[in-house]
Order: sequence, then structure tokens, then C-alpha cells
Amino acid sequence: MRITQGTFSFLPDLTDEEITSQLEYALGRGWALSVEFTDDPHPRNNYWDMWGLPMFGLADAAGVLHEISECRQAYPDWYVRVCAYDSRQGRQTVALSFLVNRPATEPGFRLDRQEAAGRRLRYAIHPYALDRPAGARYGPP
Amino acid sequence: MTARQGFALPRPGPAQDQVPAVPEPLADDATVDLTAERCGAGVDQVLDSLESDLVGLRPVKTRVREIAALLLVDRVRGRFGLSAGPPSLHMCFTGNPGTGKTTVALRMAELLHRLGYLRRGHVVSVTRDDLVGQYVGHTAPKTRDAINRAMGGVLFIDEAYYLYRAENERDYGQESIEILLQYMENHRADLVVIMAGYADRMETFFASNPGMSSRIAHHLDFPDYSLDELVAIGELMLREQRYRLSAAAEATFRDYLARRMTQPRFANGRSVRNALERARLRHANRLIAADGTLGKDDLMRLEPADFLASRVFSP
Repeated sequence: MRITQGTFSFLPDLTDEEITSQLEYALGRGWALSVEFTDDPHPRNNYWDMWGLPMFGLADAAGVLHEISECRQAYPDWYVRVCAYDSRQGRQTVALSFLVNRPATEPGFRLDRQEAAGRRLRYAIHPYALDRPAGARYGPP
Repeated sequence: MTARQGFALPRPGPAQDQVPAVPEPLADDATVDLTAERCGAGVDQVLDSLESDLVGLRPVKTRVREIAALLLVDRVRGRFGLSAGPPSLHMCFTGNPGTGKTTVALRMAELLHRLGYLRRGHVVSVTRDDLVGQYVGHTAPKTRDAINRAMGGVLFIDEAYYLYRAENERDYGQESIEILLQYMENHRADLVVIMAGYADRMETFFASNPGMSSRIAHHLDFPDYSLDELVAIGELMLREQRYRLSAAAEATFRDYLARRMTQPRFANGRSVRNALERARLRHANRLIAADGTLGKDDLMRLEPADFLASRVFSP
């Protein structure tokens, strides 16, 4: 199951040229870019690992694209995303975030049913990928 | 599972990161108007302003012209489908203090931008502090950050020889140099590295980092200015600041420079600028002391007295 997180996630995966133009758009608005990666596809997993520090004061997208490709090389089968942070007073939040890498196979999610007090039912989403230990969740078993 | 589409393009090696869309090459018997090409790129303006704004520096100007010609011809060749890959344009500027290394670096960035070699043409000026960290693991992110900021433009490393400290073999400068080398090799189309420093110390720097020397294609030596050139520089600076020298002051200024050149810590163009700054101070002081009515000419004219008060003239 293809996970859809962040902007553009319902589109076909972006090519490097398309990523570059998105990065250029973000840089043009003065947003700071950062690269993050994770192997936990749960939608509530907000805190991804950072690939280096956020890059402030960049003029050109080539530097970010280089970091992205380094990150992809190091974690070819993980999720990698780019975040663009808008530091303007009053906004100060991530303005744009999109995936730039995903595992070759994404096993998807199942719904866990839990019986709680008073026969109440609680449901939880469980990514099949989490059945395997962290760091070895994707790729050949 | 569906086959991956976009991200699954061949995994990015550095080489295939930037593949510009290639338009249809011209026919073999087509001709290209080189003059029109030059005008279109606005190269002449930069070269002319280089010629008129910078006094002397003959070897430097010649080399800049050669580089401009090469890039222009490369562009035209590209239109015939004869691409030779981006030339290596990393440079090293050596010369004594005040010979115009930084100024030329700024111009170079603009020139390369106009010729379409650099996408942005900005200059990121760094020194050892900006590249080398203070503790283990600090250097690489710092250097990468500086390089990323310079992507698409020029990374200008002033006093580059400080990067390498021979006396301390555990110095982090070496790590910084290695990262720099890697980027200089792999991101030739994105980044131009210009190093600047005094000739003798750059020599030792390159001697201990042979890889660096061989990756820098252009070693430009900035000669010291002659007396005539220094006078011309002074006049140029005064014109920019809307001052002028009286006829008597011209001779005094020349005399001043001749004396200053023989003194220690003479810094070419920078010394001229400092001398003029001080002359402006004395000029203002003199006008206040005279305390009369002033015309526009009085406000613009520097007199010999403004220079003669200098320490240089006292024995």
C-alpha cells in the first residue's frame, strides 16, 4: 500500500527535476530546507530522524539535492522527506513537506481491535513494517 | 506492489543530477554570429567594467578574458552538439595585501553567471572559522553548510592556507580540505571555489595538499601596483566619492604614495583608500576651522595640506 504523507503524495513520485523546482520555489520564498528520514510509516509518527541540520541561507537547490541523494544512498529503503520551514514571525512552522524517497515495497497497515473496559472497542492502526525490528523493516528479510 | 516511478529513477550518482534539456543541435553547415552571442550574454559589460574599474592587473584581466572566451565558445559549441563537459573553473588568487583579490572574485562570480556557467552568481565568502569546527564531528557539517550555501555561486575562501595547520597533525582543517576536494570534483557545474592568500603561504599550503593544487585549474598571481597605478587608483576612488585633487595636491599625493610604498605594512590599494579616508578627515577639519562661506568646489577639493599632515612626511 502506497502511503500518502505530505504534499504531492497523491501524485506519481517526483523526479529529481521536479524536486529541484519545488526546492527552488521554497528557497525563493525564503524557507529553510531540511532532510529527514524514518522507517516507521505510522501517520502519527511526527518526529523523523534529521539528516544533518536544517539548511539556512541557501541560494541554490543543488546543495539540498545533494543532501537528499546522500540520504537516499545511506537509507535506500527508508522514507525520506524534505521539510521547508517558514521562519517568518507569525508563521514559524513547516510550510511544505514532501516525500522524496520510499521503500520499494510498502506492506501497508492493519486495523487492530482492542476490547476496553465495558466491552468498548478501540481501534488502532498497525503498520506491518513495525513487526520487524527498527532498522531492518524494509528490504529482503 | 506497484513499480516505483519517479523516485526510482536511476539512483542519483552525482554525475546525472543535472541533465539540462538538450535542444536540437544545429546542422553541420550552420553558422553562429559570435558577436550577437557576446552581446546577448552581456559579457562585454562585465569585461569593460572590469577594465575600467580596476587599474593595472594585466595578467589577471587577460586570464579573465580567456575564461570568458572559453565559456562563450563552449556555449556556441554546445549549440552544435559539441559538448565537452563543464570546464573546471576553480581558481586560486595569490598576491600581496590590497591587490584586489576579493574585488576580482566578486566580478568573476558575476561574469560566470552572465556566461551561464553559474546559476546564481552570488559569492559566499568564508574563512577558516566558517569551515573548521571546534570538536570532533563538528567540521563536516560546518563545511557542508558553507558549501551548500555557496551552491550555484562562488565559494570564496580568504586566507585559505589557514585551513591547514602543519604544526598540529590532529587539526580538523584536514577534514575540511577533504570534504572541499570531494565537492570540487563532483559538483563542478554547481560550484566554483576561489581561494585567496599571500603567495608564499599558499605555496606551502599547496605543497602539503597536492590534491588541492592539481584540482585548481587557474592560478592567478596578482602583481603589486606601480606608483602610476596607485595614483590612478586613488583618482578613481576620489571620483567615486565625488572629491578631486587640486593641481598642487596631485603632486603631493604622488609624493605621499611614493614615500608610503617604501614603508613597512604597505597594502597597495587598501593603503591608498586609508590615505584618502584620512585626507577626507583633515579636509573636513580644515573647513570647520576656516569657518567661512563654502562653495561646492571647496567641498570637493583636497589640498596639499590634507596630505602633508600625514605621519609619512615627518622624518
